[in-house]
Amino acid sequence: MTQKLVIIGAGMASGRVIEHLLDADPNAYDITLFNAEPRGNYNRIMLSPVLSGEKTYEDIVTHSDEWYAEHGITCRFGEHVVKIDPEMKVVEGENGHVPYDKLVIATGSAPFTIPVPGHDLPGVISYRDLDDTNAMITAAAKGGKAVVIGGGLLGLEAAAGLKERGMDVTVLHLMGHLMERQLDEAAGYLLRKDLEARGITVKTQASTKAILGEDRAQAVHLESGETLGADLVVMAVGIRPETRLATDAHLDVARGIEVNAQMQTSDPDIYAVGECVEFGGHLFGLVAPLYDQAKVLADSLLGQPNAFVVKELATKLKVTGCDLFSAGDFAEGEGREDIVFRDPSRGVYKRLVIEDDRLVGAVMYGDTADGSWFFGLIKDATDIEEMRETLIFGPAFQGGASADPLSAVAALPPEAEICGCNGVCKGQITSAIDGGATDLGAIRSETKASASCGTCTGLVEQLLQVTLGDDFQMPQAQPVCGCTDLSHEDVRRLIKSQELKSQAAVWQELGWTTPNGCHVCRPAVNYYLLADWPLEYCDDPQSRFVNERKHANIQKDGTFSVVPRMWGGITTPDELRAIADAADKYDVPTVKVTGGQRIDLLGVKGEDLPAMWADLNRAGLVSGHAYSKGLRTVKTCVGTDHCRFGTQDSTGLGIKLEKHLWGSWTPHKLKLAVSGCPRNCAEATCKDIGVVCVDSGYEIHVGGAAGMEIKGTEILCKVATEEDAIEVISAMTQIYRENAKYLDRIYKWLAKVGLDWVKAQIVEDIENRKALAARFELSQSVYRKDPWAEHAQDSTTRAQYAPLANLTLEAAE
Amino acid sequence: MSWIDIGHIEDIPLHGARVVKTPVGCVGLFRTGPAEVFAASDRCPHKGGPLSEGIVHGQSVTCPLHNWVFDLNTGEAQGADAGRIETYPLRVEAGRLLIDGAAVGKRSAA
Ligand SMILES: Cc1cc2nc3c(=O)[nH]c(=O)nc-3n(C[C@H](O)[C@H](O)[C@H](O)COP(=O)(O)OP(=O)(O)OC[C@H]3O[C@@H](n4cnc5c(N)ncnc54)[C@H](O)[C@@H]3O)c2cc1C
Ligand code: HEM
Ligand code: SF4
Ligand code: FES
Repeated sequence: MTQKLVIIGAGMASGRVIEHLLDADPNAYDITLFNAEPRGNYNRIMLSPVLSGEKTYEDIVTHSDEWYAEHGITCRFGEHVVKIDPEMKVVEGENGHVPYDKLVIATGSAPFTIPVPGHDLPGVISYRDLDDTNAMITAAAKGGKAVVIGGGLLGLEAAAGLKERGMDVTVLHLMGHLMERQLDEAAGYLLRKDLEARGITVKTQASTKAILGEDRAQAVHLESGETLGADLVVMAVGIRPETRLATDAHLDVARGIEVNAQMQTSDPDIYAVGECVEFGGHLFGLVAPLYDQAKVLADSLLGQPNAFVVKELATKLKVTGCDLFSAGDFAEGEGREDIVFRDPSRGVYKRLVIEDDRLVGAVMYGDTADGSWFFGLIKDATDIEEMRETLIFGPAFQGGASADPLSAVAALPPEAEICGCNGVCKGQITSAIDGGATDLGAIRSETKASASCGTCTGLVEQLLQVTLGDDFQMPQAQPVCGCTDLSHEDVRRLIKSQELKSQAAVWQELGWTTPNGCHVCRPAVNYYLLADWPLEYCDDPQSRFVNERKHANIQKDGTFSVVPRMWGGITTPDELRAIADAADKYDVPTVKVTGGQRIDLLGVKGEDLPAMWADLNRAGLVSGHAYSKGLRTVKTCVGTDHCRFGTQDSTGLGIKLEKHLWGSWTPHKLKLAVSGCPRNCAEATCKDIGVVCVDSGYEIHVGGAAGMEIKGTEILCKVATEEDAIEVISAMTQIYRENAKYLDRIYKWLAKVGLDWVKAQIVEDIENRKALAARFELSQSVYRKDPWAEHAQDSTTRAQYAPLANLTLEAAE
Repeated sequence: MSWIDIGHIEDIPLHGARVVKTPVGCVGLFRTGPAEVFAASDRCPHKGGPLSEGIVHGQSVTCPLHNWVFDLNTGEAQGADAGRIETYPLRVEAGRLLIDGAAVGKRSAA
């Protein structure tokens, strides 16, 4: 006798089940198919091309009304199932009961809504079915602004479709880079670049606080305080399995409806398939595994043995022009190794993850032609030892030539500027070479190219090599580290000229060979980016050495030292009391007066730092940055206030300078001093920048050092007023910040560029001095603040100082 | 294995680390990727540097004291340096971090 099969949900998974059943045995079951949507099965994944206008609904229908009729399937479309009664084996639809022998739940999933105020306003749409798609198409016809919340697969497809339909689109994404579950940072960066190139605004680390509007959505308000106008808001922040019917029927439900490998639920006559199920702890959000499930379920219904196994998955984004591919697993595991390939000029990035001579994961952007080949290697766990060296070049690799690093220089037109300082272009240099200048020194004296700040030296050398060929012996420029062949100078120059504003951009565009750098290049690149793009780039604490990340000096026993700032070495009884109280409260073993005219509290436990800072903050004390590659101290003598020799208010100027410069990051530490007369009690002539006051004004000294090497300063210039002194010192600091190699003190950098060049830039060229001082001020508008207060007050940052968990304690309850 | 929930992956900054105190000493949790975390001893075998304060890059961490680099998969020191740190089983499930209690000397608490 024909058994009754009832299926709840006419979606992609159940569609396959029915096809398999009909193929194997058309008479096995009498099928009733419920669907909440008022239509049968269509290819849900093609909704994005419908949204963008590349396809119509008719194009994506997989099973038409005629097809259902032909195969004798009873359709109850547009009808919700409201209840399952497993005792009576009856399904209750809105329009009446249907008894079953076997039941299949294929209800898919429901879009997740973030419960912010305003989420239920008209004009807020999720992206799941044809009705949502049509609602978006209707809204887009009126034009205006769309805000898409969620930068995953669905959100980005929605964004691209709405943009295609002429809306002004912004994507908000909570995480640091787009599609973080499928892509790494480098690929996320390229994707973002492509989307931005087509006019879509992308905001990462953007957390939605509320959706605003009177009787429909009008704006989206962010945690950051920003408000974005919106005529349409699309929420695509994730999905959750549609399990309500199963829960009510008391089936076993975890995050999804639990099934065994035969797709059977905890009730032997009820099966489940598709996105609504959970199997072995896994949930499913792509069609490939659902099709496997569908085959297994059909076999189970027909009494054939079969078992579902979870396989590797691959993802592609269906946005025309954004070519990305991601497959396999990047998480956890022993003995993994990366192979990275980047072709910056074509915007290509490929990364393979290898474990035990097998490929286990692949991420690609820009050129995904080999995606399915790599996916095959992953699925089949092919031994790749033999082809390891050339694997990344794909199946077509025939032992080809490596890219020519000089081709970029060779391709520059003659009028391309090579030396920015002296305005020398390529043509002038090549004609000097033709005229007999065959080394760097000769080029410098002939054309002045690379004779100033030196950052174009690499380019000039490459030009020499391109023009002279083997006659020119390329000097080995010291690369930053093993992650790149570029020197610090090259990296600095390229960050500026190519306007690279994130670490991911540097790694990609400059062809880093590692996924995210190493302990040598990360701090340097982080510094270069924040120095060159103070407003656009956000400092990355994870790219800093521990002292700068924790804003305290780590000691050899793992404790820290805390040095509050004493402006110009001046303090008050109240400050001293607060320091003494903190020393008592936190059991500080050693209190020392430093060489920088302030007090060091040594031996503080890492966990105590935020609380101690909060206490010191209350007394008005802030970080002394005694740990930073940045402004340390401005030592002063007492000057005209008290000293009979004093010529100017050295203490006052020192305090003004310290208040002006504090918080700034520099390539290496920066120490200043101001002495009130040439007796020089503040030892200003062995500082990075020193001021010696004289009757007629202020002598500004630069390039001193007192460490392993001792060096006296050289005089930069003399100025008449405090204001001029502060301006020259700002400009000096800024020109050093913009040009020096990371970890070069001023004296080392001066030895490379020469004091004369610096004088020309900031003493003789007043315009330039003012511009440098203005750029310094701009950067200070971001960085002139107390990191202790920020860390002590921000609960997330504060938590980082404590252990994540303590498993040495017995459970409290 | 007895899996103990010790926190959420977002409690650790990307390319950063946190510490868990355990009966076998401090264990560092190193977040090498958006969804990837390794657990390994926090103590550098060279001179006891706190590895969780180091720079996390690729699937390695560099000790903040003298720049030894450890592969977090195997715990082996890289390059010329010889030494190894203990690694511990860790799972990331729906964003939760689960460490193997048995491996870090914790008897299961029923
Ligand atoms: C815009 C978009 C793009 C996508 N792109 C891709 C892609 O590129 N690649 C990929 O692999 N996957 C993609 N997916 C995911 C893929 O579409 C899903 O994995 C797949 O459709 C899930 O199939 P399913 O049968 O489990 O659920 P569905 O296809 O969602 O079907 C479930 C059906 O059950 C109905 N239903 C629910 N509850 C009831 C009830 N109580 N009574 C009656 N009926 C009910 C629903 O109305 C629905 O029609 C995309 C999804 C969307 C929305
Ligand atoms: C890890 C290594 C170092 C630590 C922890 C350290 C720590 C300190 C501290 C806390 C001070 C007090 C400064 C202040 O008040 O801000 C200081 C001062 C000083 N440090 Fe270091 N320092 C280190 C390395 C160096 C090096 C490499 C040099 C030389 C290049 C150096 C030269 C000095 C000098 C000259 C002073 C006195 C400053 C002055 O009188 O103005 N230090 N150091
Ligand atoms: S430097 Fe000159 S002004 Fe300053 S304390 Fe010494 S003697 Fe007095
Ligand atoms: S203590 Fe780690 S490298 Fe020395």
